[in-house]
Order: sequence, then C-alpha cells, then structure tokens
Amino acid sequence: MALPPLTADAIELRADAADWRAAVAVAGRVLSRIGAATDAYGAEMVRMIDEHGPYVVIAPGLALAHARPGPEVRADGLAIVTLATPVSFGHPHNDPVSVVLGLAIATADEHLAAVAELANVFNDSSAIVDLAAATTAAEVLEIMRAS
Amino acid sequence: MKIVTICGAGIGSSGILKVNAERVLRRLDIEADVVAADIGSIAQVAADAQVILTSAEFVDAIGKTFADVIVVENYFDTDELTSKLEAALGD
Repeated sequence: MALPPLTADAIELRADAADWRAAVAVAGRVLSRIGAATDAYGAEMVRMIDEHGPYVVIAPGLALAHARPGPEVRADGLAIVTLATPVSFGHPHNDPVSVVLGLAIATADEHLAAVAELANVFNDSSAIVDLAAATTAAEVLEIMRAS
Repeated sequence: MKIVTICGAGIGSSGILKVNAERVLRRLDIEADVVAADIGSIAQVAADAQVILTSAEFVDAIGKTFADVIVVENYFDTDELTSKLEAALGD
C-alpha cells in the first residue's frame, strides 16, 4: 500500500530540538496531528532507538524514525521534520541529523510500496540536503514529488 | 539465493534495504529472494540465507551465522550496495 498523499500538515520545518529524543518527539507529534498515530507513538519510536541503537540514521543527515505496527498506529503516514540545529544520534557515520522522517505503518506486509516511494526520492543524494534547506512546505512537497 | 535485510522493527529501514537491494541485484543480473525481517526473528529467517544486510548496531545480535553479514552505512546509496554485494557474491 502506498503512503497517503503528503500534505503541508505533515511537514514541520526548522523545528527546535535540543537532542535526538526531542527531534523524534516532534515527528511523533506531527504523526499524531495528521491522524496517523496516537500521542503515544512518539515514545514508541524513541524506545526503538533506546533498545536497538541509532540504526534509524540510515543515510548522512537523515533519520527514519519508526516503531512497529501496533495499537499506537491509526493509519499509514509519513511526517517530515527538519531541524533548526542538527542533532547527533550517536551514529558512527551519518551524524549530525538535520532531517527526521517519522513513519507509521499499520500492517507490516503492505509497507514495501510505501518505502519504495521513499527510496525513489532519497536514492537521489541531493534530496536530504535540499530538504534540510527548504523554508516552505511547498518546497518540501516539490522535493518529495520526485517519486 | 536468499538475502535477508534486518532492522529493529522489520519495517522501515529493512524495507528500504530490501527495495534497494532488489534494484541493485536486477542491475547485476543476480536472482535472489530478498526478505525484510526484524532482529527478533533472525534465527528462523536467516537460517538458509547467503547474505544478511544490516546496520552496524545489529552485527552482535545476529551472532554466529553461515551467511555473509554486510554492514550498510548509507541505505540510499545504491553504489555502496552494489560494490558490497558484488564483493560478497562475486566468487
């Protein structure tokens, strides 16, 4: 199942976050705002990183925060958060992070079409830098439309 | 051939690795089943795998295996995936 169309509501630009926990929490709030997850999902995403380490920093400057499908997920959804000041996740290669994607997935079996769309956008290495520099939601929507 | 991509949740990051590994394998003309899984199911899923793709954080948890464990730094860099898969499968 593909992700629902991205809207300006799902985008938070130049957010203030003191550390990676705060940055992931912003992504959680956005997912809650767009109806993709309950308020508890942000803490679940933080818990995944506490449990398994900073592996969610899957490319230079980019974290793909997510938890498992579960009761905190209401619908598939993607949040895009850029940070006013990049934060460190403690990743050996890809810190500091300036773009945090929050991903909520309702059913594991059907999520590959959604992440394939993300690969279409981010396999172009300029996408992360362009997102970090974006000042309007319209710019972000244009970058993400590359899929 | 079977290739397993591993992350903490079995969705998201391992899904992206699966999608990009399939793209690279198609380009290299290599036939393989690529399965995305979470670290908790590694024992069942990877028992018959030739290659495991993952992040550095999971190498210890994967433990002893007959598969080649490939650590990927940039999940969106298909050049990195190409050279690492070629090195692992090229013999």
